[in-house]
Amino acid sequence: MSNYDIKRGVSLYSYQEEYFLGTKSLEDLIKVSAEMGANGIELISEQTFPNYPNPLDQSVYDNWHALMAKYGTTPVCHDFMLDYKKYKNRPMPFEEQVASCKVDIDHAARLGCPYTRALVSIDPNVLVACADYAESKNVRILIEVHAPLHFDHPWIIRHAEAFEKSGSKYLGFLPDMGMFLFKFPPVWKEKFIRDGVPQNIADYICKAYEDRTLSEYVILEVEKMGGVGPAIGMATTLRHNAAFEPKRMLDHMDRIWNIHAKFYQMDEDLVEPCIPYDEIIRVLKKGGYKGYICSEYEGNRWIQDAFPVDSIEQVRRQQEMFKKLIGEPAVTAA
Amino acid sequence: MFDKYMICEDGFGNVQQDGRTVGFAFQARLPYYRGIGLSMVEDIGVIIDGEPVARQDIRFSVRGRTWTLDEMETEYTDRWNFAEKALVTVLRDGGLTPGRHKVQLSERIRVSYLPFVPTTRDTKELVIPA
Repeated sequence: MSNYDIKRGVSLYSYQEEYFLGTKSLEDLIKVSAEMGANGIELISEQTFPNYPNPLDQSVYDNWHALMAKYGTTPVCHDFMLDYKKYKNRPMPFEEQVASCKVDIDHAARLGCPYTRALVSIDPNVLVACADYAESKNVRILIEVHAPLHFDHPWIIRHAEAFEKSGSKYLGFLPDMGMFLFKFPPVWKEKFIRDGVPQNIADYICKAYEDRTLSEYVILEVEKMGGVGPAIGMATTLRHNAAFEPKRMLDHMDRIWNIHAKFYQMDEDLVEPCIPYDEIIRVLKKGGYKGYICSEYEGNRWIQDAFPVDSIEQVRRQQEMFKKLIGEPAVTAA
Repeated sequence: MFDKYMICEDGFGNVQQDGRTVGFAFQARLPYYRGIGLSMVEDIGVIIDGEPVARQDIRFSVRGRTWTLDEMETEYTDRWNFAEKALVTVLRDGGLTPGRHKVQLSERIRVSYLPFVPTTRDTKELVIPA
């Protein structure tokens, strides 16, 4: 008997290209997700619902629940933003930040989401101040642990300590698997080359990434190679990405309740060439993870200048990979 | 992201008011995966046929409401929604001549979690029908 229960889901963020262009409706996206067996649905409400976080008509919520019922899907997580830079020349006051988070907690509850995602840069004291309210609505607030931050970074440790000190069971983590990027993504490299990065510099940066060279050394070296503009931009991505270790999640399994399965490309052989999903799933099993792993496709921005984007096929491939890695029993014909 | 979709192909034309041509307009979208409150739109820059437009000559409209760029900075409720086509109007006596024009657009938005304030650009050649 396994002590883990890894369930498959998808963040509608994955389909942003089709939703932006209006080629797929919300219902289309829920339907295709259900067809893949990605039954947990996560969303960024400021993408999905025009005018949110301003109040929405009850019909928006009624329609959402009708779609969940029609396709047998389950609401998992409403990702909120908290625009604490709303005012140009002054910070948003603490109490206003707390009030803003409570709007999102209410919204998550109305959508039926047990979780709501807080962005990584949010002050832990704001989240702690919301914990009792979140509990009253039965919504857990999860801070997203996203590259370049990681579980050993002091900012995340500060969150972990604040959560423990609060004693709340309604504050936790939502790790984004992009922090485990072990190789420079080919779709990034190809985009930078289209933008004018010389081949030799692009090759050097990819090699330096695999050698785990400190980003500052790589930027300096690219400058010495004569790199300018997009070449410096490509080197600078190393400041924002690193190959942290999936096993670092193990110390925090008691507060990891949802996961972003970030990916930049799924090849035809059903492999993400740069994010170690085999190792990630091993760690989640070892840690007894019980929750959703939600596809988060972020490749469109790297190819849309030159190629058509098919987010649905990309997500479908990742979901097929997860079926194998999780070890779901094969479906037998009735 | 969505850089090449910022300037829309449809909706380019001169703007008439009281029988006079007072400027030109085109439709624009945000290069972002969500909508954003108008107070966080720091600047919308337009260069027409190589000539930069003064900030005070730009108007922004969504859903029937219009703001100057300075007014937008203190608009704390209304939003520019994800993928929403806003109308960007440039005040310019006589508008543009019929024919092909090079439109360059830049949008600078203040995103809370980013350690920089991104400016994203798009350029398109659009036609005013004769």
